[in-house]
Amino acid sequence: MQDVSAHGWDAGQAALPAWSLPKDAVDRIALPGDWPERVTREWALGGSTGKGARVCILDSGVEAGHPRVGDLESAVVISIGENEEVIAEEDTEGDVSGHGTACAGIVRTLAPECSISSVRVLGSTFTGSGSILLGGLRYAVEQGFDVINMSLSTTKKPFASVLHELADNAYFKRTVLVASAHNMPVESYPWRFSSVISVGSHEEDDSLAFFANPNPPVEFFGRGVNVEVPWLGGRSLKVSGNSFATPHLSAICALILAKHPELTPFQLKSVLYLTATNVGGGK
Amino acid sequence: MTEKPDLRAAVAAGVGGSEESFRALLAAIVEVARSIFGAKASSILLLDEATEELVFEAVVGEGEDTLLGTRFPAGKGIAGWVLATQTPLVIEDVQQDPRFAKDVAEDSGYVPSGLMAAPLMHEERALGVLSVLDRPEQSLFSLQEMELLGLFANQASIAVDLLLKARKANTVLLQSEGDLEVVARLAAVVDALEDEKRASGIKLLNDLAGTLGA
Repeated sequence: MQDVSAHGWDAGQAALPAWSLPKDAVDRIALPGDWPERVTREWALGGSTGKGARVCILDSGVEAGHPRVGDLESAVVISIGENEEVIAEEDTEGDVSGHGTACAGIVRTLAPECSISSVRVLGSTFTGSGSILLGGLRYAVEQGFDVINMSLSTTKKPFASVLHELADNAYFKRTVLVASAHNMPVESYPWRFSSVISVGSHEEDDSLAFFANPNPPVEFFGRGVNVEVPWLGGRSLKVSGNSFATPHLSAICALILAKHPELTPFQLKSVLYLTATNVGGGK
Repeated sequence: MTEKPDLRAAVAAGVGGSEESFRALLAAIVEVARSIFGAKASSILLLDEATEELVFEAVVGEGEDTLLGTRFPAGKGIAGWVLATQTPLVIEDVQQDPRFAKDVAEDSGYVPSGLMAAPLMHEERALGVLSVLDRPEQSLFSLQEMELLGLFANQASIAVDLLLKARKANTVLLQSEGDLEVVARLAAVVDALEDEKRASGIKLLNDLAGTLGA
């Protein structure tokens, strides 16, 4: 969990009213005015290595010990039990495709000191893969990660409402869900939900360049073309796709949250907007 | 699929395209995809849900003589990831990936060094994967190509959906042990008639339906 004590305000202890704000409670929700006059990239993440931020890669697993990934905080594989319960067991198999390792490598490159965990939701079976995806996300949200990188989506509408609920839960629990937008004309989730940070690709070769999209639902564009990434067996490949733009934004979120752990997902998204390359960032 | 013979499926099998014509359409799509991207090969893999395998349904270029009909586990390789996540992917230097279905590629004597793959989506389902192998080495990949790949995948998905429907209709026809074959034949004959004769044929069928109490 993030340390929000620096913020001088703890919603749990203050027993604030949930649905309304009586006059005498106004003082109790006063927030310290420590925001700079102008939010810059330097203020947001300058000097940050990601240390203290916990990132989860919800994907095909991660090859632990890859020279470009390093050690993992934890690695679990998700399955669904006979009574529909979510089972998270230690993942001894690692990455079943290479994709999760690639995402972890991108995060590690940009945020070298952040903690990385793997939650594997792919590779066991096609039938029931949607339930495993939901179970994995539910598990990850419960673990209180700061950032969950989700470079995948589902088109199955019956899962949409559950995903929506999970995304909102994450949002209110201060877990940022960074989700890959679909780059084909199909409707998929959870990237379309406003409680997540959705990511598409740009073609620049600067890994820290990211753009705010004035025409959502895709909200940000991260580096997603011709990216060199670690793959299985300690190797590297050059890859393209929104699924690789997403970990770039996840890493940037980790850098910001490591420096400003008090930020809520709402505030973080505002910082991302204000420091986006096309809004005033990179200066 | 319905257990009982389905008259509509029988008629569909009669007037709809044959499996061969849809296969030809898939072949044409991969041919154009290969040509547009200047690639060495292109293929369409379909998911066989019963066996959880991917099957080469259309192949053009390197491997076209040997790969057609070849199967491999759907959880295997990059195509498996694309299918499971329903997300397109572009990878260069594929040989470096030990999970790439190299045994399949080596059977054909051809191992690609680059691969673009997009899922074939129909409504909520991923039906298979469109792959384009080995674009020209000197060209860097661009988002424009990704968009083009998506457009081709969309077109291929429609063709695949038609192919699967034709297969379903024909399966129903076979399961009916010949009872419905006459319906399919009749539908095909009437469908092929010219204007006036066609109108007369349809009138005749309507009269027959009335006589039978439909």
